Amino acid sequence: MDLNYSTEDLAFRAEVRAFLEAKLPQDLSDAVRLGRGLGKEGHDRWHSILNEQGWLAPTWPEEYGGCGWNAVQRHIFDEECCRAHAPRIVPFGLTMLAPVLQKFGSDQQRAYFLPKILSGEHWWCQGYSEPGAGSDLASLRTRAVRDGDHYVVNGQKTWTTLGQYANWIFCLVRTDPDAKQQEGISFLLIDMDTPGIEVRPIILLDGTHEVNEVWFTDVRVPVENLVGEENKGWTYAKYLLTHERTNIAGVGFSQAGLEAVKRLARQQIHRGRPLIENPHFAARLARAEIDLMAMATTNLRIISAAAQGQAPGVESSMLKVKGTEIRQEINDLARRAAGVYALPFASEALAGDNSALAPPEGSDAAAAQYFNNRKLSIFGGSNEIQKNIIAKVSLGGRT
Amino acid sequence: MNFQLTEERQMLQDSLRRFLADRYTVTARNKAIADPSGYSSAIWTQLADLGVLGALLPEAVGGYGGAGFDIATIFEELGRAGVVEPVLDTAVLCGSLLCGPHDAQPLPRDRQYLERLIAGDLQLAFAHGEPASRYERTWVETTATVGGQDIVLTGRKSVVVNAEAAELLIVSAREGGASGDRDGLSLFLVDPKTAGVRMQGSALLAGGRAGEIELDGVRLSPSARLGAAGGAAVRVESALAAAEVALAAEALGAMETATRLTMDYLTTRQQFGRPIGTFQALQHRVAEMLIEVEQARSAVINAAGHLEGAPQVRDRHIAAARNLIGRTGRHIAEEAIQLHGGIAMTAEYELAHIAKRIVMSEHRFGDADTQLERFIDLSAA
Repeated sequence: MDLNYSTEDLAFRAEVRAFLEAKLPQDLSDAVRLGRGLGKEGHDRWHSILNEQGWLAPTWPEEYGGCGWNAVQRHIFDEECCRAHAPRIVPFGLTMLAPVLQKFGSDQQRAYFLPKILSGEHWWCQGYSEPGAGSDLASLRTRAVRDGDHYVVNGQKTWTTLGQYANWIFCLVRTDPDAKQQEGISFLLIDMDTPGIEVRPIILLDGTHEVNEVWFTDVRVPVENLVGEENKGWTYAKYLLTHERTNIAGVGFSQAGLEAVKRLARQQIHRGRPLIENPHFAARLARAEIDLMAMATTNLRIISAAAQGQAPGVESSMLKVKGTEIRQEINDLARRAAGVYALPFASEALAGDNSALAPPEGSDAAAAQYFNNRKLSIFGGSNEIQKNIIAKVSLGGRT
Repeated sequence: MNFQLTEERQMLQDSLRRFLADRYTVTARNKAIADPSGYSSAIWTQLADLGVLGALLPEAVGGYGGAGFDIATIFEELGRAGVVEPVLDTAVLCGSLLCGPHDAQPLPRDRQYLERLIAGDLQLAFAHGEPASRYERTWVETTATVGGQDIVLTGRKSVVVNAEAAELLIVSAREGGASGDRDGLSLFLVDPKTAGVRMQGSALLAGGRAGEIELDGVRLSPSARLGAAGGAAVRVESALAAAEVALAAEALGAMETATRLTMDYLTTRQQFGRPIGTFQALQHRVAEMLIEVEQARSAVINAAGHLEGAPQVRDRHIAAARNLIGRTGRHIAEEAIQLHGGIAMTAEYELAHIAKRIVMSEHRFGDADTQLERFIDLSAA
């Protein structure tokens, strides 16, 4: 056992930190720190800064432009990015679709799509969930019917994150309605400019436009946009989901969130003292920090095993459950710290107002983020589904 | 023991519940939320006509209620329907401030305001909280000093709910004593158009609006004072007690709605070929929600039943109720969202609004931690 990072790891951390100090634009890190939206322009700007550095695709093999980092280095990079309030990399093209194309795509698809993901020319979104198919994804109903050298797609996808910015969508579609549920599904790449596609915004309870419904009416998709074999899409989808679950613990987000709570609690005054000195608040904050310290090590244990070639099993489900619980608790502490300043809508709470009437920094978005992050335990396979997986694997053969 | 409502309260509850079920649809509520005033003046008038505002105030000032159980009965219904109209701020909080303690007789001027309030013809806001007060009831740094014939107010008030719509603000200020003292606190009726009052409004996450207020040498006539100079603490504390009973009952009503919506959803939503309510893991969680609603109901009954009692006993029961509802309310709101899945996160689905009402109620007058501290202090005394 050695709880310390190696000398090489520490040097790598210093290199990442220096890069972030030099290249991360202040306006972007401010927006992230204060929980405000970046817009497409902000995301694009950070995407191209990372691409220029060659650090955009840590999970890709080097032959496609990946960084060649191991799991520990990727973890250090994530942690430093969170610490510096760097924008989150929009994952749909880079960490979800790209591994599928690299493993199952045709040479032509790889050659065409991968460079455009790196350059930012293609902004991908995910077409998995449907109104009747959430955690039970295999019950999806969007149909694709072969017509000559095209598929004709009809149906509806939902919860399409940042779909309003996307020009391409990867979709699971049903190509054989008579097959068993998980068979008869195919994986299609669809240009969002194709006639028959309509994107409708879903406004979330915190007032943000982050997700969308995407409707398909007789959308014609060339057959060369099929990934792998027809009716084998479920295999590729599952492969994608294992990649979606990298960095699932969100340790860096929780650490940054905890720091934000502490900053806010130092500014807020209760009975003439900073809130952070209040014993009840301090006790809750300490409990969250203790849970996070243990979870960070659980995460490192799993990452370290993965770096030595062991495939994570139920551990990723455990990290999803615990990681989201801790992040949500930290969000709850932030809204608590904000006190009455949690009440106003973030978007209207005098953001950027430097006058005497401005709220304490970080307080205006606290409640909105608390509500928004209730999604963490719902998406990517709800925490209930994760617990079913843990129980099924662990009790398998015993009951 | 008798836990039945009186006949009058039962009738008011029934008619209010029917009115809100018919008229306070999701569309009507969203329209009220989007209104620049933060509420619907048509609904406000109808609530007044139904007798809702009068039932929150005592007979001595022209009302027909005002007891803890009147307030709880009405606010449970307002909470059940997710009403955003400023009944709490105008009628309970400012109404109580205008009435004063039980043995006080309001001045003719204040009686007139109360009559207009009951008729639905007056909006008010209590400008009390400040950047450093954080739920402390008598932590006021705003000063009221004598300047010639006038009284001069200087200070800052934060998140004053209903401030923009209010024809009059009731402003707390210190004429003596140090921050946090009970002595030296006074209340003033302030027209927000008075020179030196600066206000910036914003919408609230759970509906309604609030204003940030700066008082920069605001000059008032001494007649603007409400009650005795320096002796307003009792008035403030009893008004806040009534408001906390109202808020606890409102959260209870909202928790009932969240639980009902969740049960409806679990019986209709199909996943893996059957309603998700057939999964035992989810059934147990609904059972816990139902247990917590009943605990919350008992806590509201305790608080409402002691509103007219001695301040220390009253406040201990209120702190207990608000701490319990702070905890169980968060649990029910989060469970309701989780058991619904993504749909609960969307602004247009009713649960989103209800969940926000429940959680954000903690941010008025003290969250669960603050209430816990109050309970401990009051238990030790």
